[in-house]
Formats: sequence, structure tokens, C-alpha cells
Amino acid sequence: MRQELTLSGNSALLARANPLSKFAAVLLITAVLALSIDWVSASVALVFELLLFPLAGLTVSLLWQRGWPLILAAAIGGWSTSILAPDSGRILLDAGIWTMSEGSLQLGIGFLLRGFAIALPAVLLMSCTDPTDLADALAQKARLPHRFVLGTLAAMRLVGLMAEEWQTIGMARRARGVGARGSLGQRVKATLGQSFGLLVQAIRRASRLAVTMEARGFGGGPRTWARASTFSLLDLWVVAGGVLVAALALFAAVTAGTWNMVWLGS
Amino acid sequence: MAPSPDAAGTVRPAAVSARGWGWRHAGRAKPAVHGLDLDIAPGERLLLLGPSGAGKSTLLHALAGVLGDINDDGEAGDADESGSLLVDGALPRARRGRAGLMQQDPETQVVLSRVGDDVAFGAENLAVPRDAIWPRVHEALADVGLSHLPLDHPTSALSGGQKQRLALAGILAMRPGLILLDEPTANLDPDGVLEVRDAVARSLDKTGATLVVVEHRVSVWKDLVDRIVVLQPGSAADPAVLLDGPPDRVLNEARTMLAAAGVWVPGYVPATRARAAAPASGAGSLLLAAEQLGVSRERPRRRGFRTIPPVPVQEGVAAQVRAGQALAITGPNGAGKSTFALTLAGLLEPVSGKVSATLELSRGAGIDPYKWKAEQLISRVGTVFQEPEHQFVTGKVLDELLFGPRHLGHGEDRVEELLERLRLTQLVDANPYTLSGGEKRRLSVATVLAASPQVLILDEPTFGQDANTWAELASFLSELLDAGTAVVSVTHDAEFTEALGGAELRMAAAEAVAP
Repeated sequence: MRQELTLSGNSALLARANPLSKFAAVLLITAVLALSIDWVSASVALVFELLLFPLAGLTVSLLWQRGWPLILAAAIGGWSTSILAPDSGRILLDAGIWTMSEGSLQLGIGFLLRGFAIALPAVLLMSCTDPTDLADALAQKARLPHRFVLGTLAAMRLVGLMAEEWQTIGMARRARGVGARGSLGQRVKATLGQSFGLLVQAIRRASRLAVTMEARGFGGGPRTWARASTFSLLDLWVVAGGVLVAALALFAAVTAGTWNMVWLGS
Repeated sequence: MAPSPDAAGTVRPAAVSARGWGWRHAGRAKPAVHGLDLDIAPGERLLLLGPSGAGKSTLLHALAGVLGDINDDGEAGDADESGSLLVDGALPRARRGRAGLMQQDPETQVVLSRVGDDVAFGAENLAVPRDAIWPRVHEALADVGLSHLPLDHPTSALSGGQKQRLALAGILAMRPGLILLDEPTANLDPDGVLEVRDAVARSLDKTGATLVVVEHRVSVWKDLVDRIVVLQPGSAADPAVLLDGPPDRVLNEARTMLAAAGVWVPGYVPATRARAAAPASGAGSLLLAAEQLGVSRERPRRRGFRTIPPVPVQEGVAAQVRAGQALAITGPNGAGKSTFALTLAGLLEPVSGKVSATLELSRGAGIDPYKWKAEQLISRVGTVFQEPEHQFVTGKVLDELLFGPRHLGHGEDRVEELLERLRLTQLVDANPYTLSGGEKRRLSVATVLAASPQVLILDEPTFGQDANTWAELASFLSELLDAGTAVVSVTHDAEFTEALGGAELRMAAAEAVAP
């Protein structure tokens, strides 16, 4: 898990773009898709996103490994919408209380594609953005306070450690006779105790890390940045790409007459 | 504002001067340091010794300018300072970047996730211009012997010794005049200790910076320092500095006193209880056996619909645990010694092969210790973890000891004897987290033994312990062995292995095992 948080070895084109421009592009696409449940805008966005994947250094199998929970969730959402939504048009499937009609199937497919189209940019963004570069961009370009940004970045490194610590504490407690198996009540109690142990260790680690950072001169004073966070021509292309995909999706849906604002109802 | 070092960053060794200096942590009744008078000339190298509670770490934190906001327990509040403590004639807090501090736990000495960024961190905070930072980073990495690593190498992939050397590089890149090391090698294996010591020696020879190091193991630092200062817990009557002088003189004059205080003076191995009769190997009934065992800490991972079994760190390991016999598991760092021991202890599931308990040990609980319930496990196999705090489950020493017996419904009578034997009687009402390192270690051994296991497994029980706790532990374990308990210890400590006797299982480095 800790290895997957770093991107060493990913030399794809989008990995070189500034995290802020990538974030802006993803935000634009997501915003358009969040406005309407229709299959046209979602499919258009999805096609473009799949075309962009190689630029982020992703392959289909990597995408599946990292994004399978989101993909599965979108699929389940689509399926349940198509059988549970109010029926309209010809009935395609009738299994007692579950019915699927042309109208509900269309809605379900729209839901499924929209789920994919929103989930994929997020996976794409995470796959080609290093947390350290993101922190550099947030502090140097977005002008967020560096104390806050770097503090969060250092704490994030501890999250991976805490995952290991959780396992160790679990074993250490079993060795004291605290069973993590048994009835639901026992397991809940054991998990609470283990969480407290983890919390104590997390606080100790965090205060030692704080001392380390302070001893290296970290504080409120002015600081320099060893890595400059810069915008390049590439970032212009990234933002333009985001605008283009969002606009095409919107245009296609309006032209096809399927544009369907969420809050207006169907 | 802090005076930032010039861009060329030449090192000016720092001077330290303390006059009647004292410090009381917030919420504590007694001061950690009282009435300290000490002068350290620029470029001097000083080893700070003394019993726990003498305020060594407090002094180092104060010199680094990080004392006051947060104490060791992470509590904030009002603290008391008396007298004066100056670095180059100014308050340490106002001298940000003049001193660099390294602490004990390697994990918290690393700040960022890439090697180059981590070394640059301190220099960035001191507002060193960007063009001057990267040459400093390269130089610092070369000085600590890590220049073979690419700058984007993940810091999580480093060993403990490498992490401490990386921390030293981060300090060196700040070009401090004062280097402060707070037990920098206590958590490291013997190779790691030498790595760090040599890196410190090289960088001091080059920069001429002043050094103050706190460490129990004198032999590691003796030839590198030119002065030893022994502190004692301060009070109104006694000065904080007990002894002060060249290493050989201090060690000659105070050898007995230092050894009695638990300091590891060179060439001193504390006397321990000998075993009543060394049993022949293979004697004692078989309790637990590992056959063709493959071990890993990782659980099987889910990747989409597939389940990927973990890659074992060790495979095909065989071992026998016999009543009244000691078994030492040794080998280099990362060889999977602890993982093997935890698998043997029924805490991790074997990746391949099996761990089986004989009827004498299982007593109806089944053959596979991993499948035992927690209550069944603790009265058969007891495991003492490297970090005692991981095993504390209550808020009071007495409750800690009674926890196992209460769950089992028997054995509460043994608690009194264990308290007595491990010198914990005065501490029954204390919170386990507030104990000293040695007390925590003794408590963690006692709590596991309170459930009367037939097999005792210990993971690096002597790491970071002073000579007194070490000797007590070795003597106590030899008593247990004579009483018929099997003792398995994962250890780097050759003297400890020798004191317990018995068999040794040496594990080769993990690279030798085919994935």
C-alpha cells in the first residue's frame, strides 16, 4: 500500500503536468456530468477519458486494480436503477416485484455510464499525481499556508505506518488474550480497544515527528522551495482538454435531446 | 527572525554554556534537570551518560530549541525554566538551524516520502536559496554514504540504519554548528549501529561541528568523543553534573559506579544467573514444531476478483521448541526473524508448511496454534513484543497483570510473586504508559507470564535496555528455563544468546529465498 502512494517510475506525459491544472480539468468534467443523468453526455466523456488513459501511464489492468471498487459500485448502481426506477415504455423483464422497462433501462444505463465517467478521472488524477508535487503546487501556486500543507503531507506518510501498526497491535493484543474473533459484541469491543491502542501510538509518533520537523527549522518563518512548482504549455493543454471534453459532452447531450438536469426531475 | 546561514554554508562550530539551568516539564512535580553548570567549547565531542531520569533527553531537546511546546507525552502546558542555557550566547529557540537533533525512533526521523526531498527539508525551512540546496543535498548524502540512492528513492524502502543516516544527512544539509544525537542507535541492529556511528564520525571530521550524544552503549562512541559528562537526577543538594572529563579518566574513576547505574561500560558484561544444569540438546519434551514453514506479514491481497497470496520472506524453515530449552533466532535485519517467531506463536497464518503443537502443549485445543482462541493461546504460548506499549490493555500496572488470569479464571495468585520478582510492587497503581523503558519491558514480560504459558516467545527483548534490566531479564529467563518453560528469543544480542544457552536458528538474508 505504501509503495502505491509513490509514483516512482511513472514517466507518462500527464505525470509531468502541474497537479493544479489536472485537478481543474477533472473538476470541469465532473461538474458537467453531475448535472444530468443521461447516457449521451456520459458516453461522450467516457470515450475521451479512455483515450486519455495511456497519457497517464495507466493500462486497463492497472485501472482495474486501483479502481475496481468504484467500477463495481457504478455497475451495481446502474443495475439497481434499471430495475427499481419507475417503469415507462415497453416492459423488458418481469420477475415479480422486479421489472425492467425501456425507460428504466435507459435511466440505469445513464446512471452506470455516469458513474464510470465520474470515477475514472478521479482514478486517473490519483495515478499520475505525486502527493509531494500536489503539496508543492498547493503551497506555491494556490498559496495555501505551507505550515498546513507540509504538515498534512508529513502526516500522510504516517498513515501508511499506522496500517502496519494496526496489524501489529492486533497481534500484540491477541497475545494478551484479547480475542478479535467470537461474537459480534466481543469483536466490536476488541476493535474499540485496538483503536485506542492505535490512537495512543499515533499521537506519540505524531509528537515525535513534530519535534523532528521543528528541529529542522520548520515553522512559520519564510522558507524556500527546493522543487519549483511550475506551469508549462502542457498545463494549458490539460485545462483546454478538460474544457473540450466537458463542452462536447454537454453539446452532444443537448443536441440529442437527452440533457436531463438532475433537480428538474424526469 | 533566525539568522539564516550564508549560502556557501560553511560550518561554524557552536559553543554551549549552561549556568544553574533547570527545567520542569508541565504537570510534573520534580524538575527533569536542576542546577546544571556546563560549558562546551566549539568543536568538542561530548558523550552524555547517566541513569534514566537524569534529564539527558531534556537537555538535548532544550539545546535543539524544541523544548516547551510539547513534552514527551505529547501534552502541552506551562513548564518552568530556571537559570540560563545558551548556544553561541543566545537562546537556542532564537538560533533556529544552529543545532540539528536526531532521535531514537527511525520512523519519525523521516519527514517526506522521497530521499532527496527529505534531505532538502531542513535547508528549505532555513530559507537557503534553491540553487544552493541541491548541491548541499548531494554532499550530505555522500557524507552519510547514501549517494548511491536516486533522489526519488522512496524513504519507506530504507532500513532502520539507512533511515537514521538519512536523518543525519537532513541535519548536515542545514550546516548546523551543533549536532545532537539522542540514543540514535538504540533501535538498530549491530550493522546499523556501526553504519550510523561511522557516518557521524566522517561528517564531524569534515565539518568540525560540536557533538553531544546520549547513548547507553559507551563502547560504540568512546573512541569518537573527547569528553564524557555523567549527569545525575538533579536536586537542591547535588549538582546535575556528577563527573566530567576525558573518556578514559571518567571510565577508570567511575567504572563501578557507572556499571551499577546500568551504563554499558566497555568490556563489561553483567553477571547473570547460570542455569542449574545445561540440558543436552534434544532433551526436554517437544512442545511446538515448525515444518517447511513459509512466513509473511502480508495477508493475501485482493486485486479485483483475484486473490494473490503473499510472497514469503522465508520458506522451508524447520524448528523445534522443547520444554526447558532456549532457542535463539538470529540473522541479519529483514531476514524475517520476527515474522517467523510470530507465526510460531500462533499470531500469523503460515503462508506454506505448518506449525504444530504436540499433545502436551495443545491439551485438547487442537494442533494448529493459529486456530486457537485467544484465551487458549495465552495459557500455552506467550509472546512478548518488541514494543511493550503495543501490549498494554489497561490503565494500571496491577490490572495489566491481573488481565490474563481474570480472563482464564485462574492464576491470580501468581501475580504477587511476579510483581515481587520483577520489582514492580511499588508501581502497582501507576499507568503503564508512564513507566521508564526498563520498567515497561519488565511489565510486558510479567503480564505475559501471568497466564503461565509453557512456551515464551520474545521479540528483541534487550533492544535499548540498560545493563541492569538486561541482567535481570537474562537471570529471570534462566530461572524459567530451569522450571521447564521453553524460551524462544529473536535477538541480535550475542551476549544474551550466550547467557541463555541452548540452540540457535540462524536465518539467512531474505534475498536468498526464491519468490
